Amino acid sequence: MDMEEKEKISGSEILIRSLIREGADTIFGYPGGAIMPVYDALMNHTDSIDHILVRHEQGATHAAQGYARASGKVGVCMVTGGPGATNTITGIADAMLDSTPIVVIAGQITTDLIGTDAFQEVDFTCVTQPISKWTYQIGSAEEISRVVARAFFVAKSGRPGPVVLSVTKNAQVGMAEYVPEKVEFIRSYDDDPEIDMSAIEEAAEAINNAKRPFVLAGQGIEIGEAQEEFRNFVEKADLPFGCTLLGLSVLPSSHPLNKGMLGMHGNLCNNVKTNECDVLIAVGMRFDDRVTGDVSTYARQAKIIHLDIDASEIGKNVKADIPVLGNCRKTLKLISDRLNPAKHTEWTASFEPYVREEYEKVIDKELHPASGPLNMGEVVNAVSEASGHKAILVTDVGQNQMMASRYFKYEEKRSIITSGGMGTMGFGLPAAIGAAFARPDRTVCMFTGDGGLQMTIQEFGTIMERKVPVKIILLNNNYLGNVRQWQELFFHRRYSFTRLDNPDFQVIASAYGIPSRRVADRAELQDAVREMLETDGPFFLEACVAEEGNVMPMIPPGGSVDNMIMEC
Amino acid sequence: METESLYTIIVHSENFAGILNQVAAVFTRLQVNIESLNVSASSLPNVHKFTICCRTTEKNIDKIIKQIVKKLDVISAACYTDRDIFSSEIAMYKISTHVFDGSDDLNVILRKYNTRVVEVTSDYIVVELAGSSDEITALRDEFQNLGCIRQFVRSGKIAVTASNIEKVSEWLDRREKVRTERSRIL
Repeated sequence: MDMEEKEKISGSEILIRSLIREGADTIFGYPGGAIMPVYDALMNHTDSIDHILVRHEQGATHAAQGYARASGKVGVCMVTGGPGATNTITGIADAMLDSTPIVVIAGQITTDLIGTDAFQEVDFTCVTQPISKWTYQIGSAEEISRVVARAFFVAKSGRPGPVVLSVTKNAQVGMAEYVPEKVEFIRSYDDDPEIDMSAIEEAAEAINNAKRPFVLAGQGIEIGEAQEEFRNFVEKADLPFGCTLLGLSVLPSSHPLNKGMLGMHGNLCNNVKTNECDVLIAVGMRFDDRVTGDVSTYARQAKIIHLDIDASEIGKNVKADIPVLGNCRKTLKLISDRLNPAKHTEWTASFEPYVREEYEKVIDKELHPASGPLNMGEVVNAVSEASGHKAILVTDVGQNQMMASRYFKYEEKRSIITSGGMGTMGFGLPAAIGAAFARPDRTVCMFTGDGGLQMTIQEFGTIMERKVPVKIILLNNNYLGNVRQWQELFFHRRYSFTRLDNPDFQVIASAYGIPSRRVADRAELQDAVREMLETDGPFFLEACVAEEGNVMPMIPPGGSVDNMIMEC
Repeated sequence: METESLYTIIVHSENFAGILNQVAAVFTRLQVNIESLNVSASSLPNVHKFTICCRTTEKNIDKIIKQIVKKLDVISAACYTDRDIFSSEIAMYKISTHVFDGSDDLNVILRKYNTRVVEVTSDYIVVELAGSSDEITALRDEFQNLGCIRQFVRSGKIAVTASNIEKVSEWLDRREKVRTERSRIL
């Protein structure tokens, strides 16, 4: 052998080394035929990479999402081809809508067989193209290093999102020299748009002249690690703000300018003030229909300033009078530098009557009922208080999600992990597993419903095997509660297929060795929550809640943002 | 209901497999029918150029452009009205010879449209016309009225912009500067 010639190693070995080079230390995965060579190589690197064996590939993607959202790093999952690959689709689409950086590595049959309908062949790049930020089929060992570097750069830069790599068997077993690569630039992809300084000046002037400014805080602030820039921005000019579902933990819930959540089940004051403010400043959010309600009546009176890194979001749903394209960490600072210190005492005080109205009509009743079964909100509140508002909140989807997002409080950034855009039932449990691996230093509390839990309940197995310290709180109302609520309100109480005949969830938890407790009595709630939080490792708490509890207040679908139903 | 207009979109992309699919998917998602599509090499090395015509609303066209640009390997996309571009199309017509037996009608038509005759046999004639979309349609209509048209095919519009500034080249130059700056930092 020529001494000058570099050693050749398998594509699988290159793949693992490339992942390590990109900082991947945790992989959520499930092996299968078309990815076996990579799994074989993985066994040589268990000191560098912790592989968590999930029980279903959908769980791998949601766990990777939870990991990414809690840590700010890229989440990685690895699956085989065919059904293993297609099982990840829900997670990929979810990550796309919620801008979550994950890299999905899927096995693929050998190149020679592609197009022959071979065993477990699916055209995975074609299937995932519309739901991913970038998707690519790797056809040779030589390109693996470069493609993995590109994948991580694409996933985490700009507006983050899911990247899908379909790795053919011949690329996995082919021999090539490993040349470490780093990708920090793609000419066709502007991950950090140049900031238009005239837009910055215009935005600052509009805010300086505003009498009734209101800010919408989105997840872009968390993604851009711009929490401090945002704090300076709102504090300097005394700007009250409401948060989108995914932006709830950008600043502590206790911050005096933080007015809580926006949108369909958000706080009344925010939705009313959206239609009263004179300048509306949206930061890293996308005017989802769950935030705006009827867009034709949304903030028509206001001058709208929209800060976002994604040009396709600006003007998509709501026309921006002053579009500010760019990374909000930079744009917020540039605008703040030009803001005059201000006080909007009268304006911020005008939120109070609506805060009181909501408290009296909704919150007080939800949190402090005199009698009757447990309410969802009071369970959430008890967990939040007992954890000192310092836990990471993970939710499933439905009433549990809305109740958790309404009543959980936050002291730390990156503290809410929920499926916002897709509304994926079954997201919670695996996402909580991912969050627990990302942040072993923090308590992870996962709220779920009896419907959503059963969609990915097999991940109890992952929790059992790895003793994942997830605190699972089931708000059990024996209904698909959110759909039932809509049936009650908009379908004349015709409960079409929303009643669930449920198993004994504690028996299931015990089969997986997860300690559990069931609570139905208000007097026992505090103690049950204390026991859950004091127990090392996982815990399953089933709260038997009012069967027909409703999430209030509510903007009826298609209704105007300032016309919330307070009770029904 | 918003009125629909005919738009010409010019897209520049990297020359990678699968981009046509990604660009087409933007139209499929919004259920907008592509009237014509041409993909070819551009004046820039390794850059492909798409000329796409579609009929849609002003609101939709803005979304379409932004969604296309968002595709990772797309360099630029912009839409133009006929005033902003020089455009042309090419069409071929295969017509039956016997319809014109003993008449001068064919010669009159061919001269009127400035066509090029590609092939003449006793059975059929193949005619080629390069021109505006309207001219191509008008000639097809004339042949159709005479009942002689056997085959017809058109290329779809191709276009170059009327601007003095070559925006794509300038954009790529700016990107190269970013690349240089970043490599300096690294």
